[in-house]
Amino acid sequence: MSSLEQMYQQVIMDHARARHGAGLVDLDLPAVGESHQVNTTCGDEVTLRVGLDGDTVASVHWEGQGCSISQASISALTELVEGHSLEEADEVYEAFRALMGNRGEDLGDDRDDMLGDAGAFVGVGKYPARIKCALLGWMALRDAVAQAQAAGGAEGENDG
Amino acid sequence: MLPDLRDDFPLLARTVRNGKPLAYLDSGATAQRPHAVLHAMDEFDRLHNGAVARGAHLLAEEATEAFEGARASVARLVNAASPDEIVWTENATAALNLVANGIGNASMGQGGEESARFRIGAGDSIVVTQAEHHANLIPWQQLAARTGATLRWIEIGDDGRHRLEQLATVIDDTTKIVAFTHASNVTGVVSDVAAFVARAREVGAYTVLDACQSVPHLPVDFQALGVDFAAFSGHKMLGPTGVGALWGRKELLDVLPPSVFGGGAIKVVTLEETTWHPAPTRFEAGTQPVTQAVGMGAAAEYLMALGMDDVATHERRIAQIIREGVSQMPGVRLLGPIGDPDADEVLGLATVVVEGVHTHDVGQVLDDLGIAVRVGHHCAQPLHKRFGVTGSTRASAHVYTTEEDAHRFLEGLASVREFFGVPA
Repeated sequence: MSSLEQMYQQVIMDHARARHGAGLVDLDLPAVGESHQVNTTCGDEVTLRVGLDGDTVASVHWEGQGCSISQASISALTELVEGHSLEEADEVYEAFRALMGNRGEDLGDDRDDMLGDAGAFVGVGKYPARIKCALLGWMALRDAVAQAQAAGGAEGENDG
Repeated sequence: MLPDLRDDFPLLARTVRNGKPLAYLDSGATAQRPHAVLHAMDEFDRLHNGAVARGAHLLAEEATEAFEGARASVARLVNAASPDEIVWTENATAALNLVANGIGNASMGQGGEESARFRIGAGDSIVVTQAEHHANLIPWQQLAARTGATLRWIEIGDDGRHRLEQLATVIDDTTKIVAFTHASNVTGVVSDVAAFVARAREVGAYTVLDACQSVPHLPVDFQALGVDFAAFSGHKMLGPTGVGALWGRKELLDVLPPSVFGGGAIKVVTLEETTWHPAPTRFEAGTQPVTQAVGMGAAAEYLMALGMDDVATHERRIAQIIREGVSQMPGVRLLGPIGDPDADEVLGLATVVVEGVHTHDVGQVLDDLGIAVRVGHHCAQPLHKRFGVTGSTRASAHVYTTEEDAHRFLEGLASVREFFGVPA
Protein backbone atom coordinates (compact mmCIF):
# COMPACT_ATOMS: atom_id res chain seq x y z
CA MET A 1 0.00 0.00 0.00
CA SER A 2 1.44 3.39 -0.97
CA SER A 3 1.56 6.27 1.54
CA LEU A 4 -1.26 7.89 -0.37
CA GLU A 5 -3.43 4.78 -0.21
CA GLN A 6 -2.55 4.40 3.47
CA MET A 7 -3.78 7.93 4.10
CA TYR A 8 -6.96 7.65 2.07
CA GLN A 9 -8.07 4.26 3.39
CA GLN A 10 -11.51 3.04 2.37
CA VAL A 11 -12.81 3.64 5.91
CA ILE A 12 -11.91 7.34 5.51
CA MET A 13 -13.46 7.64 2.07
CA ASP A 14 -16.63 6.03 3.47
CA HIS A 15 -16.80 8.44 6.40
CA ALA A 16 -16.19 11.41 4.09
CA ARG A 17 -19.34 10.38 2.20
CA ALA A 18 -21.45 9.17 5.15
CA ARG A 19 -20.80 12.25 7.32
CA HIS A 20 -22.26 10.82 10.55
CA GLY A 21 -23.84 13.54 12.66
CA ALA A 22 -23.93 16.08 9.82
CA GLY A 23 -26.68 18.67 10.12
CA LEU A 24 -27.25 20.89 13.15
CA VAL A 25 -30.39 20.22 15.21
CA ASP A 26 -31.84 21.90 18.30
CA LEU A 27 -30.99 19.87 21.37
CA ASP A 28 -33.25 19.55 24.39
CA LEU A 29 -30.54 18.62 26.86
CA PRO A 30 -29.41 20.09 30.20
CA ALA A 31 -26.10 21.37 28.82
CA VAL A 32 -25.51 22.36 25.21
CA GLY A 33 -22.36 23.91 23.76
CA GLU A 34 -21.31 24.93 20.29
CA SER A 35 -17.97 25.72 18.68
CA HIS A 36 -16.92 27.10 15.31
CA GLN A 37 -13.39 26.21 14.20
CA VAL A 38 -11.53 27.29 11.08
CA ASN A 39 -8.32 25.98 9.59
CA THR A 40 -6.90 29.30 8.43
CA THR A 41 -4.45 27.77 5.98
CA CYS A 42 -7.15 26.22 3.81
CA GLY A 43 -10.44 27.74 4.96
CA ASP A 44 -11.90 24.44 6.16
CA GLU A 45 -14.51 25.02 8.83
CA VAL A 46 -16.86 23.24 11.16
CA THR A 47 -19.62 24.25 13.53
CA LEU A 48 -20.11 21.48 16.06
CA ARG A 49 -22.89 21.31 18.68
CA VAL A 50 -22.67 18.94 21.61
CA GLY A 51 -25.30 18.09 24.21
CA LEU A 52 -24.31 16.66 27.60
CA ASP A 53 -26.48 14.59 29.88
CA GLY A 54 -24.58 14.57 33.13
CA ASP A 55 -21.15 13.11 32.29
CA THR A 56 -22.38 11.58 29.06
CA VAL A 57 -21.85 13.02 25.58
CA ALA A 58 -25.48 12.55 24.62
CA SER A 59 -25.49 14.15 21.20
CA VAL A 60 -23.03 15.46 18.57
CA HIS A 61 -24.13 17.32 15.45
CA TRP A 62 -22.14 19.42 13.06
CA GLU A 63 -22.02 21.35 9.82
CA GLY A 64 -18.82 21.78 7.93
CA GLN A 65 -16.97 22.01 4.71
CA GLY A 66 -13.47 20.92 3.92
CA CYS A 67 -11.20 18.22 2.62
CA SER A 68 -11.99 14.53 2.88
CA ILE A 69 -9.64 14.11 5.84
CA SER A 70 -11.29 16.83 7.95
CA GLN A 71 -14.83 15.76 7.08
CA ALA A 72 -14.18 12.05 7.60
CA SER A 73 -12.47 12.73 10.92
CA ILE A 74 -15.50 14.63 12.25
CA SER A 75 -17.79 11.80 11.12
CA ALA A 76 -15.60 9.20 12.83
CA LEU A 77 -15.33 11.15 16.08
CA THR A 78 -19.11 11.58 16.19
CA GLU A 79 -19.56 7.81 16.13
CA LEU A 80 -16.79 7.31 18.68
CA VAL A 81 -17.88 9.69 21.40
CA GLU A 82 -21.68 9.82 21.15
CA GLY A 83 -23.19 7.90 24.06
CA HIS A 84 -19.87 7.68 25.89
CA SER A 85 -18.67 9.41 29.02
CA LEU A 86 -16.64 12.60 28.93
CA GLU A 87 -13.74 10.68 30.42
CA GLU A 88 -13.84 8.11 27.62
CA ALA A 89 -14.07 10.91 25.02
CA ASP A 90 -10.98 12.50 26.54
CA GLU A 91 -9.09 9.20 26.38
CA VAL A 92 -9.99 8.75 22.72
CA TYR A 93 -8.89 12.30 21.99
CA GLU A 94 -5.54 11.77 23.69
CA ALA A 95 -5.06 8.52 21.77
CA PHE A 96 -5.92 10.25 18.48
CA ARG A 97 -3.44 13.04 19.15
CA ALA A 98 -0.79 10.47 19.94
CA LEU A 99 -1.59 8.68 16.66
CA MET A 100 -1.22 11.94 14.71
CA GLY A 101 2.21 12.45 16.23
CA ASN A 102 3.33 8.90 15.48
CA ARG A 103 4.64 9.50 11.92
CA GLY A 104 2.35 7.02 10.21
CA GLU A 105 2.75 4.11 12.64
CA ASP A 106 0.05 2.45 14.75
CA LEU A 107 0.42 3.09 18.48
CA GLY A 108 0.99 -0.62 19.08
CA ASP A 109 -1.05 -0.93 22.27
CA ASP A 110 -4.70 -1.16 23.34
CA ARG A 111 -5.26 2.44 22.31
CA ASP A 112 -5.42 1.23 18.69
CA ASP A 113 -8.59 -0.72 19.57
CA MET A 114 -10.03 2.22 21.45
CA LEU A 115 -9.67 4.39 18.32
CA GLY A 116 -11.87 2.17 16.17
CA ASP A 117 -12.46 3.79 12.75
CA ALA A 118 -10.32 6.75 13.80
CA GLY A 119 -7.34 4.40 13.73
CA ALA A 120 -7.62 4.51 9.94
CA PHE A 121 -6.22 8.05 10.06
CA VAL A 122 -2.81 6.62 10.93
CA GLY A 123 -1.42 7.56 7.49
CA VAL A 124 -2.16 11.25 8.06
CA GLY A 125 0.67 11.31 10.61
CA LYS A 126 3.16 11.09 7.74
CA TYR A 127 1.97 14.44 6.37
CA PRO A 128 2.46 17.23 8.94
CA ALA A 129 0.44 19.69 6.83
CA ARG A 130 -2.65 17.47 7.06
CA ILE A 131 -2.64 16.73 10.80
CA LYS A 132 -4.51 20.00 11.41
CA CYS A 133 -7.23 18.76 9.03
CA ALA A 134 -7.73 15.57 11.04
CA LEU A 135 -7.76 17.48 14.34
CA LEU A 136 -10.20 20.23 13.29
CA GLY A 137 -13.30 18.36 14.52
CA TRP A 138 -11.62 17.32 17.75
CA MET A 139 -10.75 20.96 18.51
CA ALA A 140 -14.40 21.84 17.93
CA LEU A 141 -15.58 18.97 20.15
CA ARG A 142 -13.36 19.94 23.07
CA ASP A 143 -14.33 23.59 22.83
CA ALA A 144 -18.05 22.72 22.52
CA VAL A 145 -17.83 20.47 25.59
CA ALA A 146 -16.20 23.29 27.57
CA GLN A 147 -19.00 25.64 26.44
CA ALA A 148 -21.63 23.07 27.38
CA GLN A 149 -20.12 22.59 30.82
CA ALA A 150 -20.01 26.35 31.38
CA ALA A 151 -23.62 26.70 30.21
CA GLY A 152 -24.77 23.74 32.30
CA GLY A 153 -22.96 25.10 35.37
CA ALA A 154 -24.51 28.53 34.95
CA GLU A 155 -27.96 27.02 34.65
CA GLY A 156 -27.38 24.93 37.72
CA GLU A 157 -26.51 28.07 39.69
CA ASN A 158 -29.66 29.76 38.45
CA ASP A 159 -31.73 26.79 39.53
CA GLY A 160 -30.23 26.99 43.01
CA MET B 1 13.80 30.82 -26.89
CA LEU B 2 15.22 29.67 -23.56
CA PRO B 3 17.53 26.66 -23.32
CA ASP B 4 16.75 23.94 -20.77
CA LEU B 5 17.78 25.67 -17.54
CA ARG B 6 17.15 22.88 -15.04
CA ASP B 7 20.88 22.31 -14.49
CA ASP B 8 21.19 25.90 -13.25
CA PHE B 9 18.86 25.09 -10.35
CA PRO B 10 20.43 22.55 -7.97
CA LEU B 11 17.21 21.87 -6.06
CA LEU B 12 15.45 20.60 -9.17
CA ALA B 13 17.83 17.63 -9.28
CA ARG B 14 16.48 16.16 -6.05
CA THR B 15 13.75 13.56 -5.93
CA VAL B 16 10.62 13.73 -3.81
CA ARG B 17 8.01 11.19 -2.60
CA ASN B 18 9.03 7.62 -3.35
CA GLY B 19 12.06 8.75 -5.33
CA LYS B 20 9.97 10.49 -8.00
CA PRO B 21 11.55 13.34 -9.99
CA LEU B 22 10.25 16.75 -8.98
CA ALA B 23 7.84 18.71 -11.17
CA TYR B 24 8.01 22.05 -9.36
CA LEU B 25 4.88 24.03 -10.26
CA ASP B 26 4.65 26.32 -7.25
CA SER B 27 6.85 29.17 -8.49
CA GLY B 28 4.00 31.64 -8.03
CA ALA B 29 4.42 31.09 -4.28
CA THR B 30 8.20 30.94 -4.25
CA ALA B 31 10.71 30.24 -7.02
CA GLN B 32 13.85 28.11 -6.89
CA ARG B 33 17.29 29.74 -6.98
CA PRO B 34 19.98 29.32 -9.62
CA HIS B 35 23.66 28.68 -8.89
CA ALA B 36 24.35 32.28 -9.91
CA VAL B 37 22.27 33.59 -6.99
CA LEU B 38 23.54 31.05 -4.46
CA HIS B 39 27.13 31.74 -5.51
CA ALA B 40 26.76 35.53 -5.28
CA MET B 41 25.43 35.32 -1.72
CA ASP B 42 28.03 32.75 -0.69
CA GLU B 43 30.87 34.81 -2.13
CA PHE B 44 29.63 37.95 -0.42
CA ASP B 45 29.48 36.19 2.95
CA ARG B 46 32.88 34.55 2.51
CA LEU B 47 34.85 37.51 1.12
CA HIS B 48 33.11 40.87 1.31
CA ASN B 49 30.90 41.04 4.40
CA GLY B 50 31.17 44.35 6.20
CA ALA B 51 29.01 47.18 7.53
CA VAL B 52 27.41 48.91 4.55
CA ALA B 53 27.86 52.71 4.37
CA ARG B 54 29.41 52.92 7.84
CA GLY B 55 33.00 51.72 8.12
CA ALA B 56 36.15 53.33 6.76
CA HIS B 57 37.82 50.01 5.97
CA LEU B 58 38.15 47.96 2.80
CA LEU B 59 35.46 45.40 3.67
CA ALA B 60 32.94 48.15 4.42
CA GLU B 61 33.75 49.63 1.02
CA GLU B 62 33.35 46.29 -0.77
CA ALA B 63 30.11 45.52 1.04
CA THR B 64 28.71 48.94 0.16
CA GLU B 65 29.70 48.41 -3.46
CA ALA B 66 27.99 45.00 -3.58
CA PHE B 67 24.85 46.35 -1.89
CA GLU B 68 24.57 49.36 -4.17
CA GLY B 69 25.54 47.32 -7.21
CA ALA B 70 22.62 44.98 -6.48
CA ARG B 71 20.32 47.99 -6.26
CA ALA B 72 21.53 49.13 -9.68
CA SER B 73 20.86 45.65 -11.13
CA VAL B 74 17.31 45.60 -9.82
CA ALA B 75 16.81 49.17 -11.09
CA ARG B 76 17.85 48.08 -14.59
CA LEU B 77 15.50 45.07 -14.56
CA VAL B 78 12.45 47.30 -14.05
CA ASN B 79 13.84 50.35 -15.87
CA ALA B 80 13.91 52.69 -12.90
CA ALA B 81 15.12 56.21 -13.78
CA SER B 82 17.96 55.70 -11.29
CA PRO B 83 19.00 53.20 -8.60
CA ASP B 84 17.80 55.77 -6.02
CA GLU B 85 14.25 54.84 -7.03
CA ILE B 86 14.73 51.35 -5.58
CA VAL B 87 14.14 50.94 -1.83
CA TRP B 88 15.12 47.64 -0.20
CA THR B 89 12.41 46.14 1.95
CA GLU B 90 11.93 42.87 3.77
CA ASN B 91 9.50 41.65 1.12
CA ALA B 92 6.76 42.99 -1.16
CA THR B 93 4.27 43.13 1.72
CA ALA B 94 6.62 45.43 3.61
CA ALA B 95 6.99 47.58 0.47
CA LEU B 96 3.22 48.04 0.17
CA ASN B 97 2.95 48.78 3.90
CA LEU B 98 5.76 51.33 3.52
CA VAL B 99 3.66 53.30 1.03
CA ALA B 100 0.41 52.96 2.99
CA ASN B 101 2.03 53.87 6.31
CA GLY B 102 3.95 56.76 4.72
CA ILE B 103 0.69 58.18 3.40
CA GLY B 104 -0.87 57.60 6.82
CA ASN B 105 1.95 59.49 8.51
CA ALA B 106 1.67 62.34 6.00
CA SER B 107 -2.05 62.48 6.79
CA MET B 108 -1.19 62.97 10.47
CA GLY B 109 0.92 65.98 9.50
CA GLN B 110 4.33 64.33 9.37
CA GLY B 111 6.68 65.74 6.75
CA GLY B 112 4.95 69.12 6.90
CA GLU B 113 3.97 70.99 3.75
CA GLU B 114 6.40 68.94 1.66
CA SER B 115 4.39 65.78 2.34
CA ALA B 116 0.98 67.45 2.33
CA ARG B 117 0.35 66.16 -1.22
CA PHE B 118 -0.18 62.67 0.26
CA ARG B 119 -2.73 63.67 2.91
CA ILE B 120 -6.02 61.82 2.90
CA GLY B 121 -8.96 61.86 5.26
CA ALA B 122 -12.73 61.76 5.58
CA GLY B 123 -14.39 62.41 2.24
CA ASP B 124 -11.48 60.90 0.29
CA SER B 125 -11.42 57.42 -1.21
CA ILE B 126 -8.89 54.65 -1.81
CA VAL B 127 -9.61 52.27 -4.70
CA VAL B 128 -8.41 48.66 -4.93
CA THR B 129 -9.70 45.71 -6.96
CA GLN B 130 -11.49 42.48 -6.13
CA ALA B 131 -8.47 40.54 -7.44
CA GLU B 132 -5.96 41.80 -4.88
CA HIS B 133 -3.67 39.58 -2.88
CA HIS B 134 -4.29 40.28 0.82
CA ALA B 135 -0.96 42.15 0.89
CA ASN B 136 -2.37 44.82 -1.44
CA LEU B 137 -5.74 44.95 0.29
CA ILE B 138 -5.24 44.93 4.06
CA PRO B 139 -2.75 47.87 4.22
CA TRP B 140 -5.35 49.99 2.39
CA GLN B 141 -8.20 48.78 4.61
CA GLN B 142 -6.08 49.80 7.58
CA LEU B 143 -5.15 53.17 6.06
CA ALA B 144 -8.83 53.88 5.38
CA ALA B 145 -9.73 52.96 8.96
CA ARG B 146 -6.97 55.19 10.37
CA THR B 147 -7.73 58.24 8.24
CA GLY B 148 -11.49 58.08 7.81
CA ALA B 149 -11.16 57.62 4.04
CA THR B 150 -13.50 55.22 2.22
CA LEU B 151 -12.29 52.00 0.61
CA ARG B 152 -13.82 51.12 -2.76
CA TRP B 153 -13.07 48.43 -5.30
CA ILE B 154 -13.23 47.59 -8.98
CA GLU B 155 -15.04 44.28 -9.47
CA ILE B 156 -13.96 41.25 -11.44
CA GLY B 157 -16.29 39.99 -14.18
CA ASP B 158 -17.37 36.38 -14.70
CA ASP B 159 -14.56 36.10 -17.25
CA GLY B 160 -11.96 36.89 -14.57
CA ARG B 161 -11.08 40.28 -16.01
CA HIS B 162 -11.48 43.68 -14.33
CA ARG B 163 -14.76 45.39 -15.08
CA LEU B 164 -12.98 48.35 -16.64
CA GLU B 165 -16.23 50.24 -17.24
CA GLN B 166 -16.28 50.77 -13.45
CA LEU B 167 -13.06 52.81 -13.60
CA ALA B 168 -15.08 55.84 -14.67
CA THR B 169 -17.48 55.62 -11.72
CA VAL B 170 -15.60 53.98 -8.84
CA ILE B 171 -12.61 56.28 -9.33
CA ASP B 172 -13.78 59.89 -8.96
CA ASP B 173 -12.61 63.26 -7.67
CA THR B 174 -12.50 61.95 -4.11
CA THR B 175 -9.98 59.22 -5.05
CA LYS B 176 -6.44 59.79 -3.78
CA ILE B 177 -4.94 56.30 -4.25
CA VAL B 178 -5.54 53.51 -6.77
CA ALA B 179 -3.82 50.27 -5.70
CA PHE B 180 -4.03 47.30 -8.06
CA THR B 181 -2.19 44.20 -9.09
CA HIS B 182 -0.20 43.99 -12.31
CA ALA B 183 -1.13 40.33 -12.70
CA SER B 184 -3.45 38.19 -10.61
CA ASN B 185 -1.77 35.41 -8.63
CA VAL B 186 -4.97 33.37 -9.06
CA THR B 187 -6.26 33.89 -12.59
CA GLY B 188 -2.95 34.96 -14.11
CA VAL B 189 -4.78 37.79 -15.88
CA VAL B 190 -2.49 40.72 -16.68
CA SER B 191 -4.19 44.01 -15.82
CA ASP B 192 -4.79 46.82 -18.28
CA VAL B 193 -2.39 49.11 -16.42
CA ALA B 194 -2.76 51.91 -18.99
CA ALA B 195 -6.51 52.12 -18.36
CA PHE B 196 -6.03 52.34 -14.57
CA VAL B 197 -3.24 54.92 -14.88
CA ALA B 198 -5.18 57.08 -17.34
CA ARG B 199 -8.23 57.25 -15.07
CA ALA B 200 -6.14 57.82 -11.92
CA ARG B 201 -4.35 60.71 -13.61
CA GLU B 202 -7.65 62.30 -14.64
CA VAL B 203 -8.58 62.65 -10.98
CA GLY B 204 -5.05 63.24 -9.65
CA ALA B 205 -4.80 59.97 -7.70
CA TYR B 206 -1.53 58.15 -7.00
CA THR B 207 -1.16 54.64 -8.42
CA VAL B 208 0.40 51.74 -6.49
CA LEU B 209 1.15 48.57 -8.44
CA ASP B 210 1.57 45.10 -6.94
CA ALA B 211 4.16 43.75 -9.36
CA CYS B 212 5.01 40.51 -7.51
CA GLN B 213 3.71 38.27 -10.27
CA SER B 214 4.81 40.40 -13.23
CA VAL B 215 8.45 41.34 -12.57
CA PRO B 216 9.65 37.71 -12.44
CA HIS B 217 7.85 36.69 -15.65
CA LEU B 218 7.36 39.61 -18.06
CA PRO B 219 9.40 42.53 -19.38
CA VAL B 220 8.40 45.31 -16.96
CA ASP B 221 9.19 49.00 -17.41
CA PHE B 222 7.73 51.01 -14.53
CA GLN B 223 8.46 54.35 -16.19
CA ALA B 224 6.59 53.30 -19.33
CA LEU B 225 3.70 51.89 -17.30
CA GLY B 226 3.33 55.32 -15.73
CA VAL B 227 2.51 54.18 -12.20
CA ASP B 228 3.78 56.05 -9.14
CA PHE B 229 4.85 53.17 -6.87
CA ALA B 230 5.38 49.44 -7.39
CA ALA B 231 6.26 46.55 -5.08
CA PHE B 232 7.91 43.21 -5.84
CA SER B 233 9.74 40.49 -3.96
CA GLY B 234 13.10 38.76 -4.32
CA HIS B 235 12.05 35.16 -3.78
CA LYS B 236 9.52 35.04 -6.62
CA MET B 237 12.14 36.29 -9.12
CA LEU B 238 14.71 33.54 -8.40
CA GLY B 239 16.28 35.44 -5.50
CA PRO B 240 16.26 34.68 -1.77
CA THR B 241 13.58 35.28 0.84
CA GLY B 242 13.95 38.15 3.28
CA VAL B 243 14.28 40.86 0.65
CA GLY B 244 11.95 42.77 -1.64
CA ALA B 245 11.85 46.17 -3.24
CA LEU B 246 9.73 49.24 -3.57
CA TRP B 247 10.09 51.28 -6.72
CA GLY B 248 8.77 54.83 -6.72
CA ARG B 249 9.18 58.01 -8.69
CA LYS B 250 12.07 59.82 -7.02
CA GLU B 251 10.25 63.11 -6.46
CA LEU B 252 7.53 61.21 -4.60
CA LEU B 253 9.84 58.95 -2.59
CA ASP B 254 11.83 62.00 -1.46
CA VAL B 255 8.80 63.50 0.29
CA LEU B 256 6.98 60.36 1.46
CA PRO B 257 7.42 60.23 5.26
CA PRO B 258 9.19 57.14 6.56
CA SER B 259 7.38 54.80 8.93
CA VAL B 260 10.26 52.74 10.30
CA PHE B 261 12.70 54.80 12.29
CA GLY B 262 16.29 54.26 13.33
CA GLY B 263 19.89 54.62 12.36
CA GLY B 264 21.21 55.14 8.86
CA ALA B 265 18.11 56.88 7.50
CA ILE B 266 18.80 60.24 9.05
CA LYS B 267 20.47 63.48 8.09
CA VAL B 268 20.63 65.16 11.51
CA VAL B 269 19.42 63.91 14.87
CA THR B 270 19.13 66.06 17.94
CA LEU B 271 17.45 64.96 21.14
CA GLU B 272 14.35 66.89 20.06
CA GLU B 273 13.96 66.02 16.40
CA THR B 274 15.25 64.33 13.28
CA THR B 275 15.59 65.17 9.62
CA TRP B 276 15.70 62.44 7.03
CA HIS B 277 17.84 61.70 4.03
CA PRO B 278 16.27 61.66 0.59
CA ALA B 279 15.18 58.29 -0.85
CA PRO B 280 16.08 55.52 -0.76
CA THR B 281 18.12 55.97 2.46
CA ARG B 282 15.27 57.55 4.43
CA PHE B 283 13.39 54.25 4.28
CA GLU B 284 16.31 51.98 5.13
CA ALA B 285 16.64 52.41 8.89
CA GLY B 286 18.72 49.81 10.67
CA THR B 287 20.94 47.12 9.21
CA GLN B 288 19.59 45.92 5.90
CA PRO B 289 19.39 42.34 4.55
CA VAL B 290 22.64 42.85 2.66
CA THR B 291 23.38 39.25 1.66
CA GLN B 292 19.81 38.85 0.44
CA ALA B 293 19.96 42.13 -1.50
CA VAL B 294 23.12 40.85 -3.20
CA GLY B 295 21.19 37.68 -4.07
CA MET B 296 18.25 39.64 -5.47
CA GLY B 297 20.67 41.69 -7.56
CA ALA B 298 22.22 38.49 -8.91
CA ALA B 299 18.74 37.19 -9.73
CA ALA B 300 18.00 40.39 -11.68
CA GLU B 301 21.25 39.94 -13.63
CA TYR B 302 20.40 36.28 -14.32
CA LEU B 303 16.96 37.20 -15.67
CA MET B 304 18.35 40.06 -17.78
CA ALA B 305 21.00 37.74 -19.26
CA LEU B 306 18.21 35.34 -20.27
CA GLY B 307 16.24 38.27 -21.65
CA MET B 308 12.79 38.99 -20.28
CA ASP B 309 11.24 38.71 -23.75
CA ASP B 310 12.53 35.15 -24.02
CA VAL B 311 11.43 34.40 -20.45
CA ALA B 312 7.92 35.57 -21.31
CA THR B 313 7.90 33.59 -24.56
CA HIS B 314 8.96 30.43 -22.75
CA GLU B 315 6.28 30.81 -20.08
CA ARG B 316 3.66 31.59 -22.74
CA ARG B 317 4.32 28.17 -24.23
CA ILE B 318 3.91 26.48 -20.84
CA ALA B 319 0.79 28.58 -20.19
CA GLN B 320 -0.74 27.42 -23.44
CA ILE B 321 -0.21 23.76 -22.59
CA ILE B 322 -1.61 23.91 -19.07
CA ARG B 323 -4.42 26.42 -19.62
CA GLU B 324 -5.72 24.72 -22.74
CA GLY B 325 -5.23 21.30 -21.18
CA VAL B 326 -7.25 22.03 -18.05
CA SER B 327 -9.96 23.88 -19.97
CA GLN B 328 -10.72 20.68 -21.90
CA MET B 329 -10.76 18.43 -18.83
CA PRO B 330 -14.16 17.17 -17.66
CA GLY B 331 -15.06 18.16 -14.10
CA VAL B 332 -12.28 20.74 -13.94
CA ARG B 333 -12.99 24.46 -13.87
CA LEU B 334 -10.31 26.98 -14.81
CA LEU B 335 -10.60 30.18 -12.77
CA GLY B 336 -10.41 33.11 -15.15
CA PRO B 337 -10.20 33.11 -18.94
CA ILE B 338 -8.08 30.76 -21.04
CA GLY B 339 -6.73 34.04 -22.37
CA ASP B 340 -4.41 34.65 -25.25
CA PRO B 341 -0.86 34.06 -24.02
CA ASP B 342 0.48 35.53 -27.26
CA ALA B 343 -1.07 38.84 -26.32
CA ASP B 344 0.38 38.62 -22.81
CA GLU B 345 -3.14 38.51 -21.44
CA VAL B 346 -2.25 35.79 -18.94
CA LEU B 347 0.77 34.51 -17.04
CA GLY B 348 2.18 30.99 -17.17
CA LEU B 349 -0.10 29.62 -14.50
CA ALA B 350 -3.44 27.83 -14.22
CA THR B 351 -5.71 27.76 -11.18
CA VAL B 352 -8.41 25.14 -11.14
CA VAL B 353 -11.28 23.79 -9.08
CA VAL B 354 -11.86 20.05 -9.38
CA GLU B 355 -15.56 19.27 -9.05
CA GLY B 356 -16.27 17.05 -6.05
CA VAL B 357 -12.71 17.03 -4.71
CA HIS B 358 -11.34 19.43 -2.10
CA THR B 359 -8.21 21.35 -3.10
CA HIS B 360 -6.13 19.79 -0.29
CA ASP B 361 -7.00 16.34 -1.55
CA VAL B 362 -6.08 17.37 -5.12
CA GLY B 363 -2.72 18.65 -3.93
CA GLN B 364 -2.08 15.46 -1.96
CA VAL B 365 -2.60 13.20 -4.98
CA LEU B 366 -0.34 15.41 -7.12
CA ASP B 367 2.29 15.47 -4.36
CA ASP B 368 2.32 11.69 -4.37
CA LEU B 369 3.19 11.88 -8.08
CA GLY B 370 6.08 14.27 -7.39
CA ILE B 371 4.15 17.34 -8.55
CA ALA B 372 4.33 20.41 -6.29
CA VAL B 373 1.39 22.82 -6.61
CA ARG B 374 -0.27 25.43 -4.39
CA VAL B 375 -3.60 24.67 -2.71
CA GLY B 376 -5.97 26.90 -0.71
CA HIS B 377 -7.07 30.49 -1.27
CA HIS B 378 -3.64 31.83 -2.27
CA CYS B 379 -4.11 34.88 0.01
CA ALA B 380 -6.94 36.06 -2.25
CA GLN B 381 -10.11 35.24 -0.35
CA PRO B 382 -12.28 38.00 -1.88
CA LEU B 383 -11.50 36.76 -5.40
CA HIS B 384 -12.31 33.16 -4.46
CA LYS B 385 -15.58 34.34 -2.94
CA ARG B 386 -16.27 36.15 -6.23
CA PHE B 387 -15.89 32.82 -8.03
CA GLY B 388 -18.08 31.09 -5.43
CA VAL B 389 -15.35 28.78 -4.11
CA THR B 390 -13.27 28.67 -0.92
CA GLY B 391 -10.11 27.28 -2.43
CA SER B 392 -8.39 26.15 -5.60
CA THR B 393 -5.32 24.38 -6.94
CA ARG B 394 -2.67 26.38 -8.80
CA ALA B 395 0.14 25.24 -11.09
CA SER B 396 2.59 28.04 -11.87
CA ALA B 397 5.64 28.06 -14.11
CA HIS B 398 9.01 29.80 -14.23
CA VAL B 399 12.05 29.85 -16.49
CA TYR B 400 13.00 26.27 -15.56
CA THR B 401 9.56 24.74 -16.09
CA THR B 402 9.54 22.19 -18.90
CA GLU B 403 6.77 21.01 -21.19
CA GLU B 404 7.15 17.65 -19.47
CA ASP B 405 6.31 19.29 -16.11
CA ALA B 406 3.16 20.72 -17.67
CA HIS B 407 2.13 17.36 -19.12
CA ARG B 408 2.80 15.58 -15.82
CA PHE B 409 0.51 18.08 -14.10
CA LEU B 410 -2.25 17.49 -16.65
CA GLU B 411 -1.99 13.71 -16.35
CA GLY B 412 -1.95 13.92 -12.55
CA LEU B 413 -4.94 16.22 -12.49
CA ALA B 414 -6.85 13.89 -14.79
CA SER B 415 -6.31 11.03 -12.32
CA VAL B 416 -7.59 12.93 -9.27
CA ARG B 417 -11.32 12.44 -9.75
CA GLU B 418 -10.84 8.76 -10.43
CA PHE B 419 -8.81 8.35 -7.23
CA PHE B 420 -11.62 9.86 -5.17
CA GLY B 421 -14.31 7.95 -7.02
CA VAL B 422 -16.06 11.04 -8.33
CA PRO B 423 -18.34 10.00 -11.20
CA ALA B 424 -17.12 11.26 -14.59
